[in-house]
Amino acid sequence: MSKRVPLEGSFAAAEAARMADVDVIAAYPITPQSHIIERLADFVANGELNAAYIPVESEHSAMSACWGASGAGARTFTATASQGFFLMHEVLYFVAGMRLPVVMTVANRAVGPPTNIWGDHSDAMSARDTGWIQIFAANNQEIFDFVLSCFRFCEDPRVLLPAMVHLDGFTLSHVVEPVILPEQEEVNRFLPKYQHPYVYDTDKPMSYGIVMSPDTYAEVKKAQDITLRESKEVILQAWKEFGDIFGRYYSPIEGYRSQGAKTLLMSTGALSETAKVAIDRKRDRGEDVGLLTLHLWRPFPFQELYEALKDAETLIVFDRSISLGGPGGPIISEVKSALFDRRRDIKFAGLVGALCGRNPSVEQFEEIIDRGREIAEKGSSEVLETIGIRG
Amino acid sequence: MVQKESESILRPNWQDVRFGNIFPKAGTATRYKTGDWRSERPIVDREKCNKCGLCWLYCPDGAMEILEDGYYEPDLYHCKGCGICANICAKKAITMREEGA
Ligand code: SF4
Ligand code: SF4
Repeated sequence: MSKRVPLEGSFAAAEAARMADVDVIAAYPITPQSHIIERLADFVANGELNAAYIPVESEHSAMSACWGASGAGARTFTATASQGFFLMHEVLYFVAGMRLPVVMTVANRAVGPPTNIWGDHSDAMSARDTGWIQIFAANNQEIFDFVLSCFRFCEDPRVLLPAMVHLDGFTLSHVVEPVILPEQEEVNRFLPKYQHPYVYDTDKPMSYGIVMSPDTYAEVKKAQDITLRESKEVILQAWKEFGDIFGRYYSPIEGYRSQGAKTLLMSTGALSETAKVAIDRKRDRGEDVGLLTLHLWRPFPFQELYEALKDAETLIVFDRSISLGGPGGPIISEVKSALFDRRRDIKFAGLVGALCGRNPSVEQFEEIIDRGREIAEKGSSEVLETIGIRG
Repeated sequence: MVQKESESILRPNWQDVRFGNIFPKAGTATRYKTGDWRSERPIVDREKCNKCGLCWLYCPDGAMEILEDGYYEPDLYHCKGCGICANICAKKAITMREEGA
């Protein structure tokens, strides 16, 4: 029997790694992710998890150790946030390029300066082009489910790519919610053993991370891009099977009261839960508006986006990170470009807010929708529209 | 697939390099000719050399070879001509001579 227990988001992530029976954890603490790796350290110390726990001196080393462990055939997990995430940035590319299925949770936090610890998606967005699969969780159950399912599709021989599960710092990492934990036997049924076809083996030495000249580099990069794009089908299959076993089904873009709605708000991560209440209130007042929660950020779910917007006339995208000097938030930019050739009829509004833990209330989400509709109708003199910022 | 060891190694299609950063053999760098990067080559003067092996130890490319008689000579297929061996030699037994001079 599965059991329903109160867990903060960090512990949900740690439970998923424990139940996935990870072999190696290499991590360095940073707020707001520290509870994840502290919990895992407890599990290892108490004998609840048989894993090698490598306490390293930096995040660059953490990700480097994950690279080695995963390449040697170990199921590998780590967690980070914000500045620590940036310190491992260089190695992120290598883990993806080496086709290693490391799974990492990122307790999303704003980027300094100003020095801070609170949540937004600026750290996540900096890793857009690293080649990792990237998924945003909106609640603690999703953290557990996404971490667990990541091991499944990342280790699939057709994928063999790393994934990061983004969870909003504090809003999820430090908030207790009920989480359904499955039976270990169900997890074992869902997760086969990890096997890498080119595992590090001193009896069969190979050359890893070789130099590439202008004659070969581009082919390798294209192969990497296609592999990441093709991983979407495997992710969908894994989520289908996850649903069949655990009873919860996931999709790259989750709709909430969105069927047939003429106006849609798109949001990412935990704030979607608040946005849902705002949608309910607006629906109660007879307003034709629904919500799309973007779960899968990489590979970008083009087809699912087209389908989700089938009946929509207006799309308001709420970005939780700011692209300084750029064409708006990262998500609105990509959504617009994905739709440019297909849906010139859609009216867009992009709004940036909720930076550094300034989480909008339900009322403020209603304002976001109202302001978004206004921009979509009348246009805006600003390239990048912010909301909830004084002045 | 990993790059296959064939002619297509040099100009593979993207379909052949899904695991492009892995080459299914070890020690492959030895087959990579770096000797043609060289503009100067080390010349060892056996009169001065005391067979200490510092040049062998310091060569960043492992290009100094120990000969049967205990003396050292650069492997010119790999030697890049950096001059580190000449610099480190306490007996000043190595001089760098310009290629083609
Ligand atoms: S360092 Fe100089 S003295 Fe020593 S082995 Fe090399 S050439 Fe001879
Ligand atoms: S010149 Fe440089 S590469 Fe050549 S043998 Fe000396 S140290 Fe090695």
